[in-house]
Amino acid sequence: MARPVQRPKLSLLERSYLPAIFGGLLVTIRHFKDMIFGKTQVTMEYPEQNWNDDLPDWYRGAPTLVKDEHGRERCVACQLCEFICPPRAITIKPGEISKDSKWAKVEKFPEQFEIDMARCIYCGLCQEVCPEQAIFLRKDYSITGETRESLVHDKKKLYELGGVMTGLVHKWDEKK
Amino acid sequence: MLSFDIFLQPEIFLLWTSFLKTAVLVGVVLTMVAYSVWAERKVSAFIQDRVGPNRVGWAGLLQPLVDGVKLVLKENFVPSGVNKFFFSLAPALAFVPALLVLAVLPFGSSLFGVPMVIANLNTGILWVFAVSSLGVYGIVLAGWSSNSKYPFLGSIRSSSQMISYEIALGLSVIPIFLITGTLNLGEIVQYQTLHGWMVFPMGMSGFNLQRLLLWIPMLISFLVFLIAMFAETNRLPFDLPEAEQELVGGYHTEYSSMRFAMFFLGEYAAMIAGAGVIVTLFLGGWSLPFVPDGSQGWLWGVVNIATFFAKVAAIIFFFLWIRWTLPRFRFDQLMKLGWYVFFEVALVNIFLTAAILLYFRS
Repeated sequence: MARPVQRPKLSLLERSYLPAIFGGLLVTIRHFKDMIFGKTQVTMEYPEQNWNDDLPDWYRGAPTLVKDEHGRERCVACQLCEFICPPRAITIKPGEISKDSKWAKVEKFPEQFEIDMARCIYCGLCQEVCPEQAIFLRKDYSITGETRESLVHDKKKLYELGGVMTGLVHKWDEKK
Repeated sequence: MLSFDIFLQPEIFLLWTSFLKTAVLVGVVLTMVAYSVWAERKVSAFIQDRVGPNRVGWAGLLQPLVDGVKLVLKENFVPSGVNKFFFSLAPALAFVPALLVLAVLPFGSSLFGVPMVIANLNTGILWVFAVSSLGVYGIVLAGWSSNSKYPFLGSIRSSSQMISYEIALGLSVIPIFLITGTLNLGEIVQYQTLHGWMVFPMGMSGFNLQRLLLWIPMLISFLVFLIAMFAETNRLPFDLPEAEQELVGGYHTEYSSMRFAMFFLGEYAAMIAGAGVIVTLFLGGWSLPFVPDGSQGWLWGVVNIATFFAKVAAIIFFFLWIRWTLPRFRFDQLMKLGWYVFFEVALVNIFLTAAILLYFRS
């Protein structure tokens, strides 16, 4: 059942809107004044200030490839990340490790490893699926470029961003 | 040896001083236009707890410059199906009247004996009303020639708005003419230097009961005129013709590049001219209590000019302040306000002023 709502009874002055307008003007000028005197906390002024030093450990930035402390590239080109990548940002071209290499038993290495940062959604599935602890999402978030091509990170760029990661499992080392 | 006496012959002197004054005033006003755009963005940002433009120059002070460059470099696009002649004419029609109003505003007392007004017309305020109403044609033509629904709605609103505020605008200043007995803006300012500002009648000469009583109709006049001026300059709460949220920019939706910039400049120039008229009629023009006019030395002349522009700037700040405080009126509400409230108030105000002038002679 519809219930009639009692409208508030306004005095003549209130009906002229003038007190409300005056009140509104006071509100806006207070904000103006607080801003002028620097009392208002505004948003971070990004390029000059940033969160870089306060990013949490689990922050998901750009995916990168890492080497371990022996300088071995950890990726074995199993292509699991390529298959799981939802936006299909990863392209891997596997190659064979030469027989006389110290790591010959690993058999494969990525001859080409490209991540298209224009497609990457920073979901971290590649890191999760990697059986070799080779791909990690690091803290770089400001990935920009002037062309689409420049946004495709090749192997060199990926290792540059990833660097060396220590404390990983060394499953290809000789058994002790 | 050239003789410069020819420049001091009365006619020639009038000619070149007028040219000089026009050039300088237009230059100053266009600079003010650019910086009122900057002020608008800065004030709106501050009121909304934002930072506002701060990249180009200190506190974004060079922003108007780069905005101008951007607008000039953009493509001047003409949509198909527009009436090209009126489409090109409309921006000029919106811009020029605003500048023409400036011709009669006394923006200073005098400098080196030259009166600081470009055209000292005896019908000053009538000129202001006649010319500033023409600005509406720019808006109406823009909306009509654009061949697009939103601009068309904007221009319809603009014409409905004009018929609701113009009467109140005209009637609200009649009490001033009753008091001062002149239409000449310069003489109205002279009156205010002698008897105190219209809304602040604490003059140097005798303060009497009549002046005190006249304060009431003057305040009413000021309020009605100020509100009508908001409608005249298409400022919020009466910016119905451009209503960004409902009409995607209203009458200038189809415009780009310099044609759009002309509307933009026109709007702000109209704002400055409107603020100038308010200052001249109600706030004492270039006068400041206990400050002599330009006949006492050129320095005072400069002070008078600075006073005028400072008052204009204050009024513009008030315009901006109001814009970020009040929501927009519906256009039936505006017509109701204009016809049912301000028309009557302004009319009664005239009789009130006349009665006070008649029965409380000083």
